[in-house]
Amino acid sequence: MADSSSERLAEGKRHSFLVDFVIRLVKEKPLGTVGGIITLLLLLTGIFANFLAPYGVNEPTASILAPPSAQFWLGTDNLGRDILSRVIFGARVSVIIGLTVVAISTLLAIIIGMPSGYFGGKFDLIVQRFVDTVMCVPDLMLLLVLISMIGPGMWQVIIVLGLRWGIVGSRVIRGAVIGIKENMYIHAAVAIGCPTTKVLTRHILPNIMAPVIIQASVQLPTVILIEASLSFLGYGIPPPTPSWGGMLSGSGRTYMFKAPWMAIWPGLALALVVYGANMLGDAARDLLDPRLRGGVGRYGVREKKASLSKPKTGDDL
Amino acid sequence: MRIYIIRRLLLAIPTVFLVSLGIFFMVRLIPGSIVDTMVAECIETGTFMPEEVRATIEHNLGLDVPIFQQYGRWVGVWPQEDGSFSGILQGNLGKSLWRKIPVAKEIALGWPITLELGIMSLIIAQLIALPIGIYSALRQDTWGDYIGRSFAITCIAVPGFWLGTMVMVFPSIWWGYTPSIFLIPFTEDPIGNLKMFIVPAIVLGMALSGITMRMTRSMMLEVLRQDYIRTAWAKGLRERVVVMRHALKNALIPVITIVGLQMPVLIGGSVIIEQIFCLPGVGRLILEAVIQRDYTLVSGLLILFSVAMVLINLVVDIAYAYLDPRVHYK
Repeated sequence: MADSSSERLAEGKRHSFLVDFVIRLVKEKPLGTVGGIITLLLLLTGIFANFLAPYGVNEPTASILAPPSAQFWLGTDNLGRDILSRVIFGARVSVIIGLTVVAISTLLAIIIGMPSGYFGGKFDLIVQRFVDTVMCVPDLMLLLVLISMIGPGMWQVIIVLGLRWGIVGSRVIRGAVIGIKENMYIHAAVAIGCPTTKVLTRHILPNIMAPVIIQASVQLPTVILIEASLSFLGYGIPPPTPSWGGMLSGSGRTYMFKAPWMAIWPGLALALVVYGANMLGDAARDLLDPRLRGGVGRYGVREKKASLSKPKTGDDL
Repeated sequence: MRIYIIRRLLLAIPTVFLVSLGIFFMVRLIPGSIVDTMVAECIETGTFMPEEVRATIEHNLGLDVPIFQQYGRWVGVWPQEDGSFSGILQGNLGKSLWRKIPVAKEIALGWPITLELGIMSLIIAQLIALPIGIYSALRQDTWGDYIGRSFAITCIAVPGFWLGTMVMVFPSIWWGYTPSIFLIPFTEDPIGNLKMFIVPAIVLGMALSGITMRMTRSMMLEVLRQDYIRTAWAKGLRERVVVMRHALKNALIPVITIVGLQMPVLIGGSVIIEQIFCLPGVGRLILEAVIQRDYTLVSGLLILFSVAMVLINLVVDIAYAYLDPRVHYK
């Protein structure tokens, strides 16, 4: 298992990074593959919600609070809207929030974390105090106050979540940069007079892609879950936009004893998606983190590192 | 070690200062100030002229001075109206703006409930997490391990607010059972009190147990591959002894530190769980305070939680060094 990647290299079969990742995912991580499929399904459901949903998102039908039936697979709510359609459109909200927030936060984490780690010293000390500040306020409470400051809504949630996770995530990026900045190739780049911006973008950035991707895939389920929690508390996406969290609050709770199907399905969809995204994130971490690769424990890893570093020492000399 | 602790404490000072600054101004920037609400209420009921009322209310709440002065008073570096210094530095969080009682007292009322919920769910989380995490590691890559790991992620993935709602709905539909809405004090009826807290604590503990389970598993896996475990096996010790005496002791050290990581989950979760189960704890208090724009109450709660987080993280890091002699902090 550990040798599969090097064997492939030896055979000269070189795929692009993504293809290689998918092949390894399917071969080595059955649970991760399931997670990947669930995440892909969420993505497709979100994109093609218009075609998949049998009814419009806020389209009222004649039957109010109808239990699940052949006509309404998951029942209808107190306004006669089809729950299945709303759950499908809710996927779109989760996809939009999940992807944009992770994109913003990843970018922000790189922008903050990379210089902080690279320059170090006083600059790092000051930047990290600001990061500490955001980290030590409990996330949900910080978000509650921020959202009440700028008002609930899709864009507001995206900005606030992106900021919070971007700033907190920069700590990991900083750590990764500190880990590689003493490498010989960085010193070499500096020695031949490479400008700092180029060192950062050409030499550091490609080498911290593994932690960046791991971080993004770990953040995705967290962000989706937090958005739902905020919407549940009434601080997220305001109705009538169908958010899985929002569907569980308000009317979902008022009618929960009379029409439990109003509360069951959005939560189930949310749990499934967070489960899948978590599985995928775990698999991505296992596959991309060189310290965990192969899974033969500390002793084995140490051995492997020694064998790997042989050609490298040649370069150094 | 002492130098490390001093360094950490010194680094915490600017952090806490920035937190206080951020919290103070953030909370006051929330649109729809408390004065507007109060004036509206006065106009509805009273006969005063709005402008006069406004000025009096602002003065009574201490909101008529420049905002930096308000901040100074809140922190305790600017004299209050009577010339004395009383702010956070003097241990005074001020009075809540609606009920006009000290913030410390407001918090003291809700605190035991949140604390009981938190401690119970932490205990429940460990009771679920440790056995499954250990089993999962011992039987790595078997079906038992897959089921254990899936269960751990399920625990993380199932949203607390949904599980809480389901726990409220289905027992009542199937067996006509509804949890009590009124708080039963522990001193009056300990059993009833525990019965009341057990369900919310399990719901909250689920999310925590998922994290601990994964941590326990990966730590056990690492320890089980160490040389001294091989030696223990080679001596012919039974599996129970190897696992319990040799592996578990070392694997659990990092797991203990996870309490620090679980604090935000615990605090955020308690806001939601208290809301669902109608427990009048600190989590519900902060939701109410944000809606009511009770500036002093929100900022007081936030600063307390933030300082608690800083201290817990520090204590956890120090505990780590004490428990694991291999760890040295510079």
